[in-house]
Amino acid sequence: MAAPVKSPGHVTAPGQGGVGDSPPRPDGTLKVTGEFAYASDLWMDGMLWGATLRSPHPRARIVSIDIGPALATPGVYAVLTHEDVPGTKVYGLDGTEDQPVLAMGEVRYQGEPIALVAADHPEIARRAMDRIAIEWEVLEPVTDPRAVIADPEGNRVQERGGICRHQPVRVGDVAAARREAEVVVSGEYEVGIQDQAFLGPESGLAVPAEDGGLDLYVSTQWLHNDLKQIAPCLALREDQIRMTLAGVGGAFGGREDLSMQIHAGMLALRTGRPVKMCYNRRESFFGHVHRHPAWMRYEYGATRDGRLLYADVEIVLDGGAYTSSTLNVTANAASLGVGPYEIPNIEIDAYGVYTNNPPCGAMRGFGAVQACFAYESMMDKLAAACGLSPLEVRRRNAVRQGSRLATGQVIDSPAPLAELLDRLEAMPLPPPPGPSRDIRDLPGGASQTTHGEGVVRGVGYGVGLKNICFSEGFDDYSTARVRLEVIGGEPAALVHTAAAEVGQGLVTVQAQIARTELGVQRVTIHPADTRVGDAGSSSASRQTYMTGGAVKAACEAVRAELLARAERRLGVPAADLSVQAGKIVSREAGVVASIEDVLGDEAIEATREYHHRPTQKMDPVTGQGNSHNQLALCVHRAVVDVDVELGLVKVVELAAVQDVGKIMNRQALEGQIHGGTAQGLGLALMEEIQVAGGQIRNPSFTDYLIPTVLDMPPMKLDIVEYPDPHAPYGLRGAGEPPTLSSTPAIVAAIRDATGRPLTRVPVRPEDISLAGGAE
Amino acid sequence: MRVRFNVNGSEETVDDVWEGESLLYVLRERLGLPGAKNACEQGECGSCTVYLDDVPVCACLVAAGQVQGRRVRTVEGLAEGGPGDQRLDPVQEAFVEAGAVQCGFCTPGLIVQAHDLLNRVPDPDDAEIREALAGNLCRCTGYEKILDAVRLAARRKAASR
Repeated sequence: MAAPVKSPGHVTAPGQGGVGDSPPRPDGTLKVTGEFAYASDLWMDGMLWGATLRSPHPRARIVSIDIGPALATPGVYAVLTHEDVPGTKVYGLDGTEDQPVLAMGEVRYQGEPIALVAADHPEIARRAMDRIAIEWEVLEPVTDPRAVIADPEGNRVQERGGICRHQPVRVGDVAAARREAEVVVSGEYEVGIQDQAFLGPESGLAVPAEDGGLDLYVSTQWLHNDLKQIAPCLALREDQIRMTLAGVGGAFGGREDLSMQIHAGMLALRTGRPVKMCYNRRESFFGHVHRHPAWMRYEYGATRDGRLLYADVEIVLDGGAYTSSTLNVTANAASLGVGPYEIPNIEIDAYGVYTNNPPCGAMRGFGAVQACFAYESMMDKLAAACGLSPLEVRRRNAVRQGSRLATGQVIDSPAPLAELLDRLEAMPLPPPPGPSRDIRDLPGGASQTTHGEGVVRGVGYGVGLKNICFSEGFDDYSTARVRLEVIGGEPAALVHTAAAEVGQGLVTVQAQIARTELGVQRVTIHPADTRVGDAGSSSASRQTYMTGGAVKAACEAVRAELLARAERRLGVPAADLSVQAGKIVSREAGVVASIEDVLGDEAIEATREYHHRPTQKMDPVTGQGNSHNQLALCVHRAVVDVDVELGLVKVVELAAVQDVGKIMNRQALEGQIHGGTAQGLGLALMEEIQVAGGQIRNPSFTDYLIPTVLDMPPMKLDIVEYPDPHAPYGLRGAGEPPTLSSTPAIVAAIRDATGRPLTRVPVRPEDISLAGGAE
Repeated sequence: MRVRFNVNGSEETVDDVWEGESLLYVLRERLGLPGAKNACEQGECGSCTVYLDDVPVCACLVAAGQVQGRRVRTVEGLAEGGPGDQRLDPVQEAFVEAGAVQCGFCTPGLIVQAHDLLNRVPDPDDAEIREALAGNLCRCTGYEKILDAVRLAARRKAASR
């Protein structure tokens, strides 16, 4: 069948710019003119609209389903239930196939898909869904994750049920250290459910193909892992499903799990017509996993001068009814549970549990965000107890290269935390509030809730440590195919990977790498699809590292072949030749040929995989092991003005210092730090999926608030480069660390202004303003 | 029902429009103009911002029937020229150059909104820019590069006057 109208196309990077430059995005012009083909923009003649009937109950038994009236609706082409799933009826990440494609007998979360409709207008599909009659036996949902830990058997929500993963960490002798500690501080902390709230809702187009297979255009973070899950459910071989990445409107972890992929495939196979599915915002809140909410209990002991002696930590993460990423999120919370501080004695127990609350999985920061809020709050408590400044207590305990993490893993590349803190301290503070202030700069802004009375300034700090790339023994790799040929008299490179551009600028950096390695200007990026090998996920801050590494390796292979041909042609040993600015350059004689001369009309193509070094599983009893490939640090300072009477907060400035190993593209990198910082601000101040009895109370952008341009302050960045010898170009993944550290910095600043304990994020006005909360 | 209106300078007639359809749906699904985006469809995010008779509106909140006989200008109608000799509007150009585009889903709405701001206020200060863009959500950028882009576009437009 034909390709859709508006389909993902090649993008050619304009202009120049190799590694270290900031060339414009190759897809930039398409995106500012409205031409870029996002998944929800795809369209085909004769296409039907798919819709998903979802459970209104967090836990209920389906006694009966009657699809008759829905199917009889004019304009409806198919109504499908779990009985129509052609193959395996469950799927999941990491080999945990526990998520039903469509509910079978029981639903375990509000919003769980039950039935599918295909119709020739989305409104007809919606009305047909209303005509699906379900008889329910409503059950009492399991909603307290701590009750699950106390009684996993009695609170089992599915066969796997109970505790998904308990990961302990045991280092030294906490009981002995407790007897020696001169200062002991403790706290209990909570993190609400954050949503990725990417702007482009889940969408895609499934097109039945002549071979009985499917062409699937979807916005996802990991094409090959989607394919691995989709094919068995549709009873197709993987080579019968050709997946192409449609334009992705943001991801942030929320597209790591499948959403509409299998569903659209089922409808297309059943009807023989192209089927488009496009969630609206409300459905999107039910259509993907969120960040795990957390309940955390911390106790730290230290010497009087603030040196940590022990940490005793319990972290409980609620994963909802199905496994999704909970196994790995729990491992992150455990391995990074005390952050980048040297502590000789540690007991951590991290639990991921199953409940009937909204399903949770991957979101930017992935298990490290929750713990970071707690351990940074603890560092401030320790500072206060020892009479030290927040920066000083962190410097005294800071890791450096050669330090051991809680897992026993030795940090074997730069980890300059103390220097990052020094640099943060050296950044000038914003001027103190003056007498004649623009009311829009005050808490409450144009609402005119104050003219400055009751407004107190506060300053706070946060430090975050994030693992980069996949951990715990996963064979993490990416694949790139690079083709060099002469087009229109000019050497041109085509870069083809399956890596998902989700907004981060991967297409830009791929072109930069090809320019640098091949010495050409013209680079075209092929649409990401499954006609090339696996690239792994656009998550874990890993794509510049992994797919960048693969593009570099493929370019090096192409360059080696080019120079070998040059050697044959010119009689100069390839070892003495290099490629620069489109020319073959000899060490002795300078320019000896152009790339076009050597290539003629023959292309050179190479496909390479890039694997990072092996990692290990955490020991199930002690948590020890070299579980991470790379670690990255970011530090934040927040300055806030708080209306202490109304509990309103205005963030005045956020300053960040981050070590990125190597700046590949400063503009894109700054965009990552800014954006990550903004999501951390959202978690600190406003973002929470509110749940009661397993039901989401605020599934809309009216009630789930994300930061606007009025909420975001100016941001100051100081980016440092300490190369990691293990990584391509020495780079360090950069997208996630700022999301960790901005949240605790902002909360610390509010504590500084108000003296309130603030043990839960997001901080609500009543946490600040209500009497009796002061510590 | 049938709706006739002017889109980006061209007179369009759309038949078989269901009364519940929004302007956004008609643009995206019936006229092949998906530039305006469908991020929330309740007027909270600004991704579907288009001009309706020179006033920026959320196309998701306008019923298709309301545009009968009126003028709509979308992000697709801001650049001059066609394929091959396309000349971007200074606001579009500045968004690319300043790095204000990441995933880009909010971009069309922000560009129309910023375009309108600079038409009304050629030299806005930061507070004015923030206020004008307060109804447009962006999840990727933290807004810093978007502010840079609007400042850059204002300078460019001033220089070309």
